Amino acid sequence: MTTKLFGEPVRRREDARLIVGRGRYLDDIGHTALAAAFVRSPHAHARITGIDVDGALDVEGLVAIYTYEDLTGPMAEPLPVLIPHPQLTEPRTGYPLAREVVRHVGEPVVMVVATDRYVAEDAAERIVVTYDELPVVVGVDAAYEARAAVHDDVPDNVAARHHQETGDVEPALAASPRTLSFTQYIERSASMPMEGRGVHARWDADDRSLRVYSSTQASTSVRAAIAAKLDLSLDTVEVIAPDVGGGFGVKIVHPWPEELLVPMAAIALGQEVKWAEDRREHFISSAHERQQRQDVTVGFDDEGRVTALDVHVLHDNGAYTPYGIIVPIITATQLVGPYVIPVYRVRVDSVYTNTVIVTPYRGAGRPQACYAMERTMDRIADELGLDRAVVRERNLIQPDQFPYDHHLTFQDGRPVIYDSGDYPGLLDKLRTLADWSSADVLRDEAAARGKLLGIGMAMYVEGTGPGPYEGGHVQVLGSGKVLVSTGLTSQGQGHETAFAQIVASELGVPIEDVEVTTGDTRRFAYAVGTFASRAAVMSGNAIALAARGVREKALRIAADVLEADPGDLEIDEGLVQVRGTPGASIPLRTVAVLSNPLRYAFDEAAKQATQFTTHDDSKPPVAEGDAPGLEHRDYYSPIRSTFASGAHAAVVEIDPETWEIDVVRYAVVHDCGNVVNPMIVEGQVHGGVAQGVAGALYERMAYDADGQLQNASYMDFLMPYASEVPDVDIDHQQTPSPLNPLGIKGAGEAGVIPGTAAIASAIEDAVGRRITSMPISPTELYDLMRSEDSETTATAARRAGTGVMA
Amino acid sequence: MKPAPFRYADPGTLDEALAVLSAEGAGAKVLAGGQSLLPLLSMRLAAPATLVDINGVPGLDAVEVTGDGVTVGALVRHNALLHDDAAARVQPLLARATANVAHPAIRNRGTTVGSIAHADPSGEMTSVLALTDGSVTVATPSGPSTVEWRDLFVGPLETSISGPAVVTSAFFPALPPRSGTAFAEIARRKGDYAVCGAGVVVTLDEDQRVAAVRASYVSVGLTPEVHDLTDAVIGSPVEKADWTAAGELARTLVDPDGDIHASADYRRLLVGVLTGRTLAEAAAEAAAAVTRE
Ligand SMILES: Cc1cc2nc3c(=O)[nH]c(=O)nc-3n(C[C@H](O)[C@H](O)[C@H](O)COP(=O)(O)OP(=O)(O)OC[C@H]3O[C@@H](n4cnc5c(N)ncnc54)[C@H](O)[C@@H]3O)c2cc1C
Repeated sequence: MTTKLFGEPVRRREDARLIVGRGRYLDDIGHTALAAAFVRSPHAHARITGIDVDGALDVEGLVAIYTYEDLTGPMAEPLPVLIPHPQLTEPRTGYPLAREVVRHVGEPVVMVVATDRYVAEDAAERIVVTYDELPVVVGVDAAYEARAAVHDDVPDNVAARHHQETGDVEPALAASPRTLSFTQYIERSASMPMEGRGVHARWDADDRSLRVYSSTQASTSVRAAIAAKLDLSLDTVEVIAPDVGGGFGVKIVHPWPEELLVPMAAIALGQEVKWAEDRREHFISSAHERQQRQDVTVGFDDEGRVTALDVHVLHDNGAYTPYGIIVPIITATQLVGPYVIPVYRVRVDSVYTNTVIVTPYRGAGRPQACYAMERTMDRIADELGLDRAVVRERNLIQPDQFPYDHHLTFQDGRPVIYDSGDYPGLLDKLRTLADWSSADVLRDEAAARGKLLGIGMAMYVEGTGPGPYEGGHVQVLGSGKVLVSTGLTSQGQGHETAFAQIVASELGVPIEDVEVTTGDTRRFAYAVGTFASRAAVMSGNAIALAARGVREKALRIAADVLEADPGDLEIDEGLVQVRGTPGASIPLRTVAVLSNPLRYAFDEAAKQATQFTTHDDSKPPVAEGDAPGLEHRDYYSPIRSTFASGAHAAVVEIDPETWEIDVVRYAVVHDCGNVVNPMIVEGQVHGGVAQGVAGALYERMAYDADGQLQNASYMDFLMPYASEVPDVDIDHQQTPSPLNPLGIKGAGEAGVIPGTAAIASAIEDAVGRRITSMPISPTELYDLMRSEDSETTATAARRAGTGVMA
Repeated sequence: MKPAPFRYADPGTLDEALAVLSAEGAGAKVLAGGQSLLPLLSMRLAAPATLVDINGVPGLDAVEVTGDGVTVGALVRHNALLHDDAAARVQPLLARATANVAHPAIRNRGTTVGSIAHADPSGEMTSVLALTDGSVTVATPSGPSTVEWRDLFVGPLETSISGPAVVTSAFFPALPPRSGTAFAEIARRKGDYAVCGAGVVVTLDEDQRVAAVRASYVSVGLTPEVHDLTDAVIGSPVEKADWTAAGELARTLVDPDGDIHASADYRRLLVGVLTGRTLAEAAAEAAAAVTRE
């Protein structure tokens, strides 16, 4: 059967269009629009003492200048705290344009609108803002020390204290045969999509309606925010996410100041206005993630089984908390990974710093969580002289323990109950794929070439597909076209293909007939967004349910026409037929025509549905409880998240003269339940691994003590090129989720999660020194190797003793 | 990230270019491949009043190779030099170094002479000009002149050329007899500006003994310098020479700076390592040259 496409490696149908330049990204829209540019704070913390716009006024082409003083009503209030939480006791957000105080370099202070972006920047350059500088807080340790405060009224810089525990950790630690404690750090990186953020707004003064295009991951909620902030009725605002050139999390935050200010100006000026973020703006005005300090104490027995775990996380949330404490909650709750942790306590202090806000970046707190847990496993193995894989194996949740309740509360407010999984299966597959047992042979072989070789692994469990819901709409047209829409947006993941595969399979139509629209509030107004590896799980299932609804209705109508029982009908290749009775069939497109009783025959096909053609006059044309049209709308709202899992291994080679670090092998075993399209899943894993390697070895946000970002360009922010990303070997395991109709789990973020942990482990294995801060660069590794304070691992000492390592 | 307003001139001859440069004065800048200048403009780190685009000036795009050396015209792209076999035979450092300049897309536009005129101490070709003891030819309204590399580089992104001038070519002298070269660098990502680069020339005597060793580094120091490392290995039979000792000597001669990608100490380490490695390679080439004689 040709239409069963679910599970097939169908080529991404959107690629041809995107690759040849026919994509429609934000900046492709509105060539004649006025352009906005922003004057942004050059200081990390300062009081604004004056804004002098005089110099800009005679720039030809200047249209308008806005400062905080020009904002009225809800626009003059702080931006929303999108995800409130009872433990976020001191939430703070900025204003669309800074009011009195700026708290990070890049905060918008003045908006300039002009005939084009060049002119807007000319004018912006001439606006003089004067400041009184205030003390600057950079880094979690400085924030916690609180010698200066980011917000006057939060003197200890602590925005939230998040705390979860599954038992009494202190007695459990005291009773543990062994304990160990350590502190480690992980640095910031950022989403860095190729396309930055961007907004285009058009006000129709006659219609009194607003159309906004935004490069966003959440168009429905942007719409609601714009309506609320600009005092518009929701029905007069439409928001469309056009092709989005990557998001990776940064575009889930909303409303960004620009998403409000650009429409505000468009309405005020009665003209189209556009703003497309440039790269420097993206570095200093969008969002970052990942910086944490982690203090870990673990209790364990002589076999390496964990008895208790106590973790304190200092989490850097940047200058404001518009996205609440989602990232640290995810760290806190995903830290336990695939392991049985009898007693677990986690305390997070989420602290303010004078830096760009911290909101989810692919992985969203999980790479940090994985780093904490997996490095703990490495430490236990090192202490006991055990194989790192064996220690992990002894702690894994077993396949017969599902559903497994960790007794924690997840980021969606729901319990952390793992729905399904086979973690020993993952580990076995990884050991084979990565050739774990021949590490010593590889090490000797590399040593003969003058290289230090090390291997590391990391496992993770990832809560994916959180609610509250997504919806799908499927409609069959009289032409046979099948229109599919979901309010969830796309950022390049291949939704057009995956969703079309689901509909083609569910409905029995050729995939060529299926057209998918995402993130357009004109087509679907209820949605949450694309983040947290949720698109396939949430919209995929909603769309499947919608398609099933259409199928049911189609069979009902066709059964009438064919005088058959709906149960005897099947749909294949767009033809409804009585099973086993050749010739007794009706095309689905005809069913679509018949589903809509007509008075007017606007085309040839429509004639079949007009009032003198249809026969049965014993019933109303549209039966009670029915609706015209062959379409169905449905929603999927899960009881809780579904938990995907995986295991990665990295092999690194280090040059002991230059301390260059080369990832020579990277192995991934991945379980995201039933797979809609393995080619897309592998692509997601590859991209994730690239970002994992990036976070481990290349990328960081180099803030100096004054809060200036020293590497705010692609020249100095070292996003790896293809030449730095290793080849990836992938093996799949499929443990279906019992929670949703399609049995799927999310796959979007998985690839990035274990990178830092696995690579840290591999480097430590290679050099025999403890790695406690990631990412690590050659210059830092050189310092570590020379430092008298750096700790030699017990494994290295043992190897030296037995002569395995020279 | 949009440049401030500027005037644009695209002269059709060198004289015309010089005339515009004279008329516009200090506010005018030559535009060659644009690979360094345009980013500076876009970030508004430079705002020249006029750009004088020399891409339409005829006669500046030739690589001339003679027994004395290689003359590279102002419009020769890095990529053309990289693939010029005749030039590589006379001075192998040209291809070896240009292979390390950025990525193909940038090498296709950026010019070698522009890179020298830009005087970036992180550029490979400034260092190669120094190492080969090269010079540039400068056209001015009062006629052409030659500037030796030693007199050219004044500071980072700063040359001694002032007033209306177009660098029309760079001259890289030929590799001396019984000599070999090597070039290596370490960058955080392939094609990036080097964290540290090293170019070396080893010259032997007729008996395969080390006669001269010179090295120049990339991203080390404010201007290109040439270091004579001969003392560390002078007179050694080539197969016994202690190149590590030459590396050690080099470490003591350089004065690198630290930045977010590498500490000064790390750069110094790399100077030592790269010197040792490139010298061994260059020496082997020199030995082969002596054998051929
Ligand atoms: C991403 C990226 C990576 C790069 N990596 C490297 C690298 O690894 N190594 C490296 O060496 N370079 C690198 N570059 C720079 C590149 O090599 C440039 O091409 C080169 O530095 C300048 O040459 P150009 O022809 O582009 O000069 P332009 O950008 O046009 O000009 C540069 C400067 O030189 C002046 N100038 C140019 N030509 C002349 C002339 N004939 N007479 C007088 N003045 C002149 C200009 O006025 C300007 O001030 C990189 C560039 C980019 C964008």
